[in-house]
Amino acid sequence: MSDNVEKYIKRKVYKSENSRIAQKFVDAGLEKIRACINCGTCTGSCPSGRRTAYRTRSAIRKALTGDESVLQDIDIWLCSTCYYCYERCPRDIPVTDMIIKLRNIAVEEGYILDSHFTLANDIFYATGHGVPANGEANKKWQDLRESYGLPPLPPTVHSYPEAVKECQTLMKEAGFRKLLDNAKKLKEERKSVEENKEKEQEKEKESK
Amino acid sequence: MSEKKNWRYGFFLGCVIPNRYPMIERSIREVFEELNAELLDLPGASCCPAPGVFRAFHIPTWLVIAARNISIAEELGVNPITGCNGCYGTLRDAWYDLEHNPEEKKHVNQLLAKVGRKYNGNLEPKHVVQALYLDMGLDYLRDHIKYKFKDLKVAVHYGCHIVKPSDKRPWNGEYEAPEFLDEIVEITGAKSIDYKDKYMCCGAGGAVRTAVKEVAADFTREKLVNIRDAGADIIINCCPFCHLQLDLGQVEVNNFYHDIIGEPFKIPVIYITQLLGVAMGIDPNRLGLIKNHELSGVSPFIPVEPFMEKIKQQLT
Repeated sequence: MSDNVEKYIKRKVYKSENSRIAQKFVDAGLEKIRACINCGTCTGSCPSGRRTAYRTRSAIRKALTGDESVLQDIDIWLCSTCYYCYERCPRDIPVTDMIIKLRNIAVEEGYILDSHFTLANDIFYATGHGVPANGEANKKWQDLRESYGLPPLPPTVHSYPEAVKECQTLMKEAGFRKLLDNAKKLKEERKSVEENKEKEQEKEKESK
Repeated sequence: MSEKKNWRYGFFLGCVIPNRYPMIERSIREVFEELNAELLDLPGASCCPAPGVFRAFHIPTWLVIAARNISIAEELGVNPITGCNGCYGTLRDAWYDLEHNPEEKKHVNQLLAKVGRKYNGNLEPKHVVQALYLDMGLDYLRDHIKYKFKDLKVAVHYGCHIVKPSDKRPWNGEYEAPEFLDEIVEITGAKSIDYKDKYMCCGAGGAVRTAVKEVAADFTREKLVNIRDAGADIIINCCPFCHLQLDLGQVEVNNFYHDIIGEPFKIPVIYITQLLGVAMGIDPNRLGLIKNHELSGVSPFIPVEPFMEKIKQQLT
């Protein structure tokens, strides 16, 4: 790392810029984000940014300055993790890893899409596979396997029920169960706050 | 069966290969058998877990489940090998990260001890293509080629995580324009054609397909337009999730973007060991290229018959 980059990372920052999110990056050993000079190489290399509103540079900038809307926007979930930004960053910031870390913080705070929650909770946690083939609903995939001369279920967690339990134990120990339960709670709380707001607005309209 | 094998690996299946594209599993097993390489099953292996979704939800969970999967291969004393870029990304990144972070490794082992497992990290996770190209080598593969294509134009799609992040991959830092997969394709006599933005992502990864299918399909649309413009007969890839996105995604592109693509796309999507297998003289039935069922709504979603025609015309 050049002295110049080192200087950027270690520089003193005005407290409002030393955001909660930025602090989480530092805590996770990802203080390199402070070396960002907002050059835009990441955004320019991003195949998602060519077709969506996702701007890598902007997400990194928001994380640095404490604009927490970055956690709520769907934008950070439109990164396909192709790693061009990571490879091409002239300041050697592992940009893609930063985006993944940002997503971790978002989930921690209950910002997870319904489809992703279902995938994590109802599929991965329950079966040990991200794309399962077990059960009656997946019968056609078992038949397809057999048609190619393979056993209906692969020798994975699908054939070893105790292995599913083992994975669940590890997920619990690593904090995944708690994380998902908490995310669900936060999502529901936010939903009910919004619903109450709507109800009150309607009441106001009626009383007028 | 007692015959000595040249190579032994622990076949990490992942999810998409066994559960959605079993023809890929069959073709990898057949080609490795023919190349005198043994693939041991990894009993009770789980999702890798997928790097773009589960790592993005919770890095510590991703790391410990990945370490568990690697430890199953370690118990058998073999390198884990995968035919999926996503699994490769997870197993390889987790392996690399744990090797460079002793504290993390200690913590992972504390968790694994609770289920009676141990992670060592002494066996590098490999990709099927890495085994073909680096362990076996082109000359060895060439010795097994029995038939050569005379006229087959191939659009090679690498996918992202087989080469990136490049500091955690075995390709000497090459990521902008790798050639190893093209070289394997060309020993079959097929021609790997140039096309615009060849190394671009398929669009499925990073939780994008699950988040907004239309966005993933728009990546795919751009790729397919470029591939068709270059006159490709088939697409060759080395990742089942790219494979799914280019196959099932092709149907979605035809559906979502029919007003801007002109003719609907119908480019056969073939996995590298299916192509290599037919050139090695393996019966297409054993490579999952022939449909033997009446099921509907299953892969492949784009018919591979045009590719079978080329085989019939040229490989005799």
